Amino acid sequence: MDTVLGIDLPTWWFLLIGALISGYGILDGFDLGAGALHLFFRKEQSRRIALNAIGPVWDGNEVWLVIGAGSLFAAFPLVYGTILSVFYLPFMLFLVAIIFRGISIEFRSKEKMKWWHQLWDISYCVSSTVISLLLGLVLGNLIQGIPLNANHEFVGRLRDFFNPYAILIAVTVLSLFMMHGAMYLLMKTEDRLYAKLTIIANNTSKFFILCFMATSMATLIYVPHMTAIFKAYPELFALGIAAVLIVLNIRRSIEKRQYRRGFISSSVTTALLLILFAMGLYPNLVLSNIDPKGSISIYEAASSDGSLRTMLLFAAIGMPLVATYTVFMFWTFRGKVKLEEHSY
Amino acid sequence: MDNVELLSRIQFAFTIAFHYIYPPLSIGLGVCLVIMEGLYLKTKDKVYEELTRFWVRIFALIFGIGVATGIVMEFEFGTNWATYSRYVGDIFGSALAAEGIFAFALESAFLGILLFGWNKVSPRVHFMATILVALGSIFSALWIVVANSWQQTPSGYRIEGTGMQARAIVTDFWAMVFNPSSVERYSHVLIGALLAGSFLVLSVSAWYILKKKYLVHAEAAFRIALWVAAISALGQLFTGSKSAEVVTKYQPAKLAAMEGHFEKSAPGDMYLIGWVNAKEQKTTGLKIPGGLSFLVHHDVNAPIPGLNSIKPENRPTAVNFVFQTYHLMISIGMLLIGLTLLGLYLLYRKKLFQTRWLMSVFVFSVLLPQIGNQVGWYTAEVGRQPWVVYGLLRTSDALSQAVKAEHVLASLIMFTFIYVMLFVLFLYLLNKKIQHGPDVISDDETSSRMNPSLSSLISE
Ligand code: HDD
Ligand code: HEM
Ligand code: HEM
Repeated sequence: MDTVLGIDLPTWWFLLIGALISGYGILDGFDLGAGALHLFFRKEQSRRIALNAIGPVWDGNEVWLVIGAGSLFAAFPLVYGTILSVFYLPFMLFLVAIIFRGISIEFRSKEKMKWWHQLWDISYCVSSTVISLLLGLVLGNLIQGIPLNANHEFVGRLRDFFNPYAILIAVTVLSLFMMHGAMYLLMKTEDRLYAKLTIIANNTSKFFILCFMATSMATLIYVPHMTAIFKAYPELFALGIAAVLIVLNIRRSIEKRQYRRGFISSSVTTALLLILFAMGLYPNLVLSNIDPKGSISIYEAASSDGSLRTMLLFAAIGMPLVATYTVFMFWTFRGKVKLEEHSY
Repeated sequence: MDNVELLSRIQFAFTIAFHYIYPPLSIGLGVCLVIMEGLYLKTKDKVYEELTRFWVRIFALIFGIGVATGIVMEFEFGTNWATYSRYVGDIFGSALAAEGIFAFALESAFLGILLFGWNKVSPRVHFMATILVALGSIFSALWIVVANSWQQTPSGYRIEGTGMQARAIVTDFWAMVFNPSSVERYSHVLIGALLAGSFLVLSVSAWYILKKKYLVHAEAAFRIALWVAAISALGQLFTGSKSAEVVTKYQPAKLAAMEGHFEKSAPGDMYLIGWVNAKEQKTTGLKIPGGLSFLVHHDVNAPIPGLNSIKPENRPTAVNFVFQTYHLMISIGMLLIGLTLLGLYLLYRKKLFQTRWLMSVFVFSVLLPQIGNQVGWYTAEVGRQPWVVYGLLRTSDALSQAVKAEHVLASLIMFTFIYVMLFVLFLYLLNKKIQHGPDVISDDETSSRMNPSLSSLISE
């Protein structure tokens, strides 16, 4: 098998897609969270500021989803087809929410009527919440494994996806994004909205820590294959401990009102949780919970070496460019939000 | 045909056709924006700045819906066409990933600056952002059309495995990218997009001229868009006939359907309008005898293989549909050439903006390229049936195994409902923005303050 720098190509792509999904979680995470918090802001002025805080960047954040999904299609087509078709209805709902979210942001400012604003505010908040929950739901089921037979065919039922563990993960993801969004908004706002957000950040972080603890317990008890990896590589406990320390650090930053540091910590938390998941998964991409032969490994799902190599070259050229635009964009819109004529 | 297949096809066709209302507008409008803002930087004339700001607002509206509906498309390959995704992943996936990395990231990052950066960056940096957004949208069309062209005329691959496990593997990346139809089809699609965008500008400007509002702005925008439209209309005839040559060579069944040609081996006619009776294998209408043979082989007597030379199970079924959409596209193409050339002639004679009937025609002309783009794709895609990857994979074999008909029906109903609502809202807001018009800071609207040397430059 071909390797680059001693790592085989499917593993490279496993890492890369992991990085893309983490990037998506961190970037879109904060604007989804800001959306989920939207209805907590009561004043028209506050809602506009909150919207404009993500206005210039949310579309760029969403592109990480497009790149992530495209890369999954390219590198592991079998997994792309399996996950999307098995979770057909959840993903359809997800797409609807994506549509509503995009147009809510875009349409809200186009009319002056109060009911119009109210309508799109609700649609924006609900769709952001639904997206976060659905991402969590799918993640929760992927952590547990899904019923695939030895031919990788799905033999389960839709309603099994709504099991307590998956719902717990869904709520955890939502709480993480809300906290993350609050922290982002704190960096972009001042005065009264800022004061309100300090309370929200405080509450959402407590809520997240609660969910985090519940999730950790539930995973240790109910998802043995995720803990098996800790038994095999005890040094990985360090990662787990790091996650706990960083989560605690979020609380400390909030108490000390160091929101930039808090934001960085919640970003790192998002990444670390996904890394832990990836560690438990590797070298599989989808686990079957009824037949080990049904699990799909990266080697089985991978595209040809030639294709993976070409795309690795694309990624090596393209990702630095994407990173540059992202930085340039955030730099251009740095600082507190000021409303202007062309604001939302 | 089972229900999952039928419903998935309807859903895919409906969602992509809806998506395809918006990207051509943004691509074409993006190019017009670059010209407008470039003229502003060059002349420092406020009129161009106000024009740019006005059209940027419309651009944002269109772009937003394009993005929202585009994400649906990307996921639909996996949700509804899982077997197809596995089959073509090696090839298709790389194009889609490249699109994300090289095009969408560029587009959406600089879109923020284009929309909100007026007071944050210098005019030059803003102009650069406009150019990059336009380039990004042009690139995004590139990759997706390359992928689609590969489905039409596969090359640079080999097949590995058999039955349900079979899949295509790239053997030669550049042969895959430059497959036999990609250059012809990409240029045709891109020019179609320029037509869509420039005719939107023409239509709105003509309406202002008729209403005697924002005359200075409207005339300036009309001139710019008319040039773009005229050059594109001629280019469309050229790239379209190149595409027809490729179809003749690589997809004889599609070509036969496009002209309703059944005989195994007889000279092919070219129809201006007509009707295909597929049961009786007869095509009637106004035709140029031997025209198709002439177009393809430069000889009116050269035989062209018709549908009967192709195994029944490999023939496109909706022959009349392919015939009609194809001919509608060509008629529209001719009409656009006539319309834009007449416009240029009257502009040269300095009578254009006084010719009210023509202005009224231009107001409605915005629909023509839109219809042309839609029916062009219907020809290409319905004519490709029953294959999803031409000659390799049948549409009926490409479905997701895990998906049930009632699920697809549910999502189809949902998309229909949402898209109808979205379309109504889009038209409502577009109309509102057009009614509102450009924000004019300049004092006297009617006095032409345009740089005289420049206005003569673009009108000649
Ligand atoms: C790169 C891929 C790609 C691209 C760029 C397009 N399509 Fe397509 N199209 C497909 C890939 C595809 C497909 C996945 O291959 C389908 C689904 C089922 C099929 O047979 O082909 C298809 C089917 C399909 C059908 C249904 C044909 C049938 O079932 O008889 C229509 C009407 C269109 N498309 C129309 C369009 C339009 C208006 C497009 C303009 C953007 C377009 N397609 C771009
Ligand atoms: C099935 C095929 C297609 C898929 C999977 C697809 C996918 C997408 C996606 C995911 C987006 C959103 C990108 C973002 O988040 O910024 C998008 C937008 C866009 N797409 Fe498509 N697309 C398809 C067909 C096409 C075609 C045929 C064209 C042009 C010829 C096109 C041109 C664009 C452009 C220019 C945008 C930017 C938004 C806009 O301008 O409205 N797409 N598409
Ligand atoms: C003027 C004469 C025209 C000719 C001879 C022509 C020819 C063709 C042919 C042969 C195809 C099928 C290509 C294939 O299946 O691979 C095609 C497709 C298409 N046409 Fe045209 N066309 C013309 C005008 C137009 C116009 C005016 C528009 C829109 C403004 C347009 C938009 C399209 C589009 C979007 C497609 C589908 C994409 C593709 O397959 O390239 N065409 N055209």
